[in-house]
Amino acid sequence: MASITFKHVEKTYPGNVTVVPDLNLEIQDKEFVILVGPSGCGKSTTLRMIAGLEDITSGELYIGDRVVNDVAPKDRDIAMVFQNYALYPHMTVYKNIAFGLTLQKIPQDEIDRRVHEAARALDLEHLLNRKPKALSGGQRQRVALGRAMVRNPAVFLLDEPLSNLDAKLRTAMRAEISRLHKRLQTTFVYVTHDQTEAMTMGDRIVVMKNGIIQQNDTPQTLYDYPCNLFVAGFIGSPQMNFLDAVIAEEDGKFLARTCGSSIVLPERMDKQALGAYVGKTVVLGVRPEDVDAAVGPNYDLDATVEIAELMGAEIHLHLDCQGSKVVVRAPSTYPGRVGDAAKLSLNKEKIHLFDKETEQAIAH
Amino acid sequence: MKTTASLTRSKRITTFLTYAALILGSVIMIFPFVWMILTSSKTIPESLAIPPTIFPKELILSNFQDAMESLPFLNLYWNTALMIVFRVLCAIVFSSMAGYAFAKLNFKGKNFLFGIVLVQMSLPSQIFIIPQYQMVAHMGLANTIFALVFPGLVSAFGVFFLRQTYMGIPNEIGEAAYLDGCNQWQTFTKVMFPLTGTSVAALTIFTAVFAYSDLMWPLVVNSDLKMMTLSSGLATLRGQFTTNFPVLMAGSLLAMLPMVILYLIFQRQFIEGIASTGGK
Repeated sequence: MASITFKHVEKTYPGNVTVVPDLNLEIQDKEFVILVGPSGCGKSTTLRMIAGLEDITSGELYIGDRVVNDVAPKDRDIAMVFQNYALYPHMTVYKNIAFGLTLQKIPQDEIDRRVHEAARALDLEHLLNRKPKALSGGQRQRVALGRAMVRNPAVFLLDEPLSNLDAKLRTAMRAEISRLHKRLQTTFVYVTHDQTEAMTMGDRIVVMKNGIIQQNDTPQTLYDYPCNLFVAGFIGSPQMNFLDAVIAEEDGKFLARTCGSSIVLPERMDKQALGAYVGKTVVLGVRPEDVDAAVGPNYDLDATVEIAELMGAEIHLHLDCQGSKVVVRAPSTYPGRVGDAAKLSLNKEKIHLFDKETEQAIAH
Repeated sequence: MKTTASLTRSKRITTFLTYAALILGSVIMIFPFVWMILTSSKTIPESLAIPPTIFPKELILSNFQDAMESLPFLNLYWNTALMIVFRVLCAIVFSSMAGYAFAKLNFKGKNFLFGIVLVQMSLPSQIFIIPQYQMVAHMGLANTIFALVFPGLVSAFGVFFLRQTYMGIPNEIGEAAYLDGCNQWQTFTKVMFPLTGTSVAALTIFTAVFAYSDLMWPLVVNSDLKMMTLSSGLATLRGQFTTNFPVLMAGSLLAMLPMVILYLIFQRQFIEGIASTGGK
């Protein structure tokens, strides 16, 4: 049993700098949870508290049903993969992987078996006698994973493990770590600031900002129903478009007036919630793929193409819409060029409304 | 805009000037060494002649015999070797531990203590000679090998130098060792210390060279000729009114031999050590 539970956990550094004010989080056994957020949001501190590398100022941290606040890292049944791999430069790959086991005084033949098993799984067998400096970034990363694997930990902690790799290798290692999780059936806690990693790998994503959990849900729910402006902007690339809009009510229908146009809001939206905002300015959010830039008879907004980024399969159009900036994902066959006028129609079913002051979601 | 031809010409001039400066520097640096070799084979009048004679008329090898008879060279070699070995060992052991503590551990008064190390580094070593001598004398250890080693038990430079080295090692490596089950001592001995090889080699060379050339302390603390080092022993060859320069130079040459041999063996490490510290 390797669930992890934070109960009112606080982390304050000397000088009264509180990084995590009051963390409550439950991670289920065998779950792959991603802690995501911008730099300084407290995600690494949270991971390091699980590892035992940071003391907990107050509150309780459970691994399984045991409070581990004062338990030494080696006794927590965890293994950690660091951002810069933290391999021992003077040891061979074999010794790097075996080091923890040697300290545990595990018999040599058992160490040998485990090291070779991990090396086989990670395709490292031919590198066992090399030192880290003779390895590529991806190989080093695999050694770091191997070092964690051989300990058969109940919890895997990964602190931005892919951030030092190039884009191609990152994609490959992403898949490898996901496969590893499926094979090992162990709890994984993965810290990243890369929302693509978060979306593609985790069973659940915990979005953090200033040490506070903003939203904690499955990747799809997070993407479809962000609870506030921060989550809406953080998850998704290119990020969600935000337009100031005034809510109006006409003939029993709610409208969002923005960029000189009136957009009829879908029926399914909470009318009571919308009613409270009539006449007020809110933030209308719509993802780039939910805006259609194709020229058609029905459209919502007039815009001008400012930049067109060809991505291969698609094109990202950066448009000016009466002073507001809108990004649209269009097929690469889109005929418009920089300076052309574009008529945008929004997918009404995918519109999000946020309170301008509290930044909390009003309706999806 | 400069043409390719003028660029090539100016590059050649720069190269010529650089080499000329380097050759001049080398000649200046090597001159005393060559002069010592030449003088060691001269007669006393030749060595004092004005204008000076550069090459001796005949090679007088008896100067070496005289030097060896004047000084107990075996004792001097042995004392110097022991002093160097112990000073180097102490510098490595204590400087490594202190450097690691200053770089990687958090404890009360760390900055204050490190400040003291820096102050000690910035003061001339001569001001410590009297208190150090008094300490050694009170312990009744004057005229011993320990007395020679005493000022080198801890090295402020070594502590500072290795602290910088440990600071350059990512904290994650120590944390990984901690997670692997190392305690602080194991982290230091099994993981951190082995990573400082180049710096420890540099510190070894510096400490050895400094100990070898240290004159004042051995001269003060060990007055018994048999307990002297090469440098202090050679100093006794200087008379109050006259000095037998050929014998002194022959003795100096003999004293230099072990260091020259060591330099030839460890030339690469020596140069790397100097390069890595940016020292002189």
